[in-house]
Amino acid sequence: MSSLSRSDVANLARLARIDMSDSELDALSGELDVILNAVARVQEVARPDIEATSHPLPLKNVYRPDVVQPSLSNAEALSGAPASEDERFRVPQILGEEA
Amino acid sequence: MIRKSAVEMAAALAKGETTSLALTQAHLDQIAAVDGAVHAFLYVDTEGALAQAGAIDKARAAGEKLSPLAGIPLALKDVLTQKGVPTTCGSKILEGWRPPYDSTVVTNLKRAGIVILGKTNMDEFAMGSSTENSAYGPTHNPWDLTRIPGGSGGGSSAALAAFEAPLAIGTDTGGSIRQPAAVTGTVGVKPTYGGVSRYGLVAFSSSLDQAGPCARTVLDTALLHEAIAGHDVRDATSINAPVPQVVAAAKSGDVKGLKIGVIKELNGDGYQAGVRTRFDESLQLLAAAGAEIIEVSCPNFEYALAAYYLIAPSECSSNLARFDAMRYGIRVGDEAGASAESVMNLTREVGFGREVKRRIILGTYALSSGYYDAYYGSAQKVRTLITQDFIRAFEKCDVLVSPTCPTTAFKIGEKASDPLAMYLNDIATIPVNMAGIGGMSLPCGLAPEDGLPVGFQIMAPAMQDQRMYSVGAALEAALLSKWGAPLLSQIPALAGSK
Repeated sequence: MSSLSRSDVANLARLARIDMSDSELDALSGELDVILNAVARVQEVARPDIEATSHPLPLKNVYRPDVVQPSLSNAEALSGAPASEDERFRVPQILGEEA
Repeated sequence: MIRKSAVEMAAALAKGETTSLALTQAHLDQIAAVDGAVHAFLYVDTEGALAQAGAIDKARAAGEKLSPLAGIPLALKDVLTQKGVPTTCGSKILEGWRPPYDSTVVTNLKRAGIVILGKTNMDEFAMGSSTENSAYGPTHNPWDLTRIPGGSGGGSSAALAAFEAPLAIGTDTGGSIRQPAAVTGTVGVKPTYGGVSRYGLVAFSSSLDQAGPCARTVLDTALLHEAIAGHDVRDATSINAPVPQVVAAAKSGDVKGLKIGVIKELNGDGYQAGVRTRFDESLQLLAAAGAEIIEVSCPNFEYALAAYYLIAPSECSSNLARFDAMRYGIRVGDEAGASAESVMNLTREVGFGREVKRRIILGTYALSSGYYDAYYGSAQKVRTLITQDFIRAFEKCDVLVSPTCPTTAFKIGEKASDPLAMYLNDIATIPVNMAGIGGMSLPCGLAPEDGLPVGFQIMAPAMQDQRMYSVGAALEAALLSKWGAPLLSQIPALAGSK
């Protein structure tokens, strides 16, 4: 049984792109440990010969005809943007300062 | 008028005894009178609702052929997009967002002439069983304002019980339609997965999420089911098959010769005494109506909760990655020189609530290299075992039944600090989502010890949704003749209620 340390949770939060305060990390690592121990029960019955189910419907790729459909106008697509400029989304810098 | 069923309201509209404008205004007045105490709504679209109602009245006056629910008001869970109307999913991260498009459910509602009153409160991104996880404050159960209305769709169920709307839409990932219905004495159906389009339903766990109808009677629920269901090319997981004949089934309510299986594992220990009493009484009523009651075993259901709390967080950790502060929603920390990554980190820290963060982190862990097989992979195998349990059970009977929830509504705050205790509320509803089949909850009485509503759950095989409505209608009729009036006639009056 693995258990989650505070630094594990800090790493997961970094991967999930969520800043977390020290107190949040403390609380969460305790809670997650309890939850993980409870959900680990799935391992009791998950034998190797059992197939995994990822989805309730036995669907393969579902295609539609490759025909242009009406879509959002530029203004509509940008209507919820936190910031836009020159009819585009304006985003914070994506490269490091040295770049 | 607001206490009547949607079918009765529709008859009054058809006879010209009232108008959709008057009916809509009556519900807006009720919302104004009681929603300060109940807090079922996050947004009331007064102008839009009255405009829709006026248009229906005009169409009716012009002699146009209208659908059965045309002109009837509805409360929409705030997880479905409606063009131009704020959609928050109960989260700060979407505060102020007005979607530029309608979900297919909303398109279908509008096509049916159903009047959308506004958006209802919910646990943030539908994660919760009490509506306490809403960033905009909890909803209160109209039966007892100190108690939870269930969740995540507590706003929709409370709106029905408080006579703020006769119809509502919910979504059900692990019980979010059925559990709120159970604890508020209303009816809620999770259709077969793929039966109702997910286009415009903000995703929590894509392989489990399903929108569905909520109302105060089985027939009203069936009519709404028929209005929103059907194949949609915009949802790749939508089932391309005719909608099950749910309205006909709800009208007939015939259970003669039907085999009803009681799931041994979803009863007994851990279920409140009054819940079991009302459940057992309902079984007797169904037997008296001509159904055969048998017991079946689903031994793997005891692992369903554990598997659910791996699969749902895993899918949510991926789905909620879209809230990156770039194209919609709030943006925090966008100061000169700030990187996109730091803006994302800050926005998600401020924008997501505690339970959402907990599940994103849990899902990130369950999907991470080295742990994937042990957690997410094992949970997927349990999903197979649960589906096989259902298949074997349905070989012996036509529908399966259980109490919807182990207890009646608990107090607001009672379980807020114990995630595992909160998760246990969904123990009887989760297996249905895992297998993608249909589930209904309808009221079967008040628990003697606390006077609060108890829900009776009916489960049917995939795309056999009509069976739930036959059994639901039969039980509803038997209970009504026993009680002499609907259960909701016993609800305490809210201050100011019309």
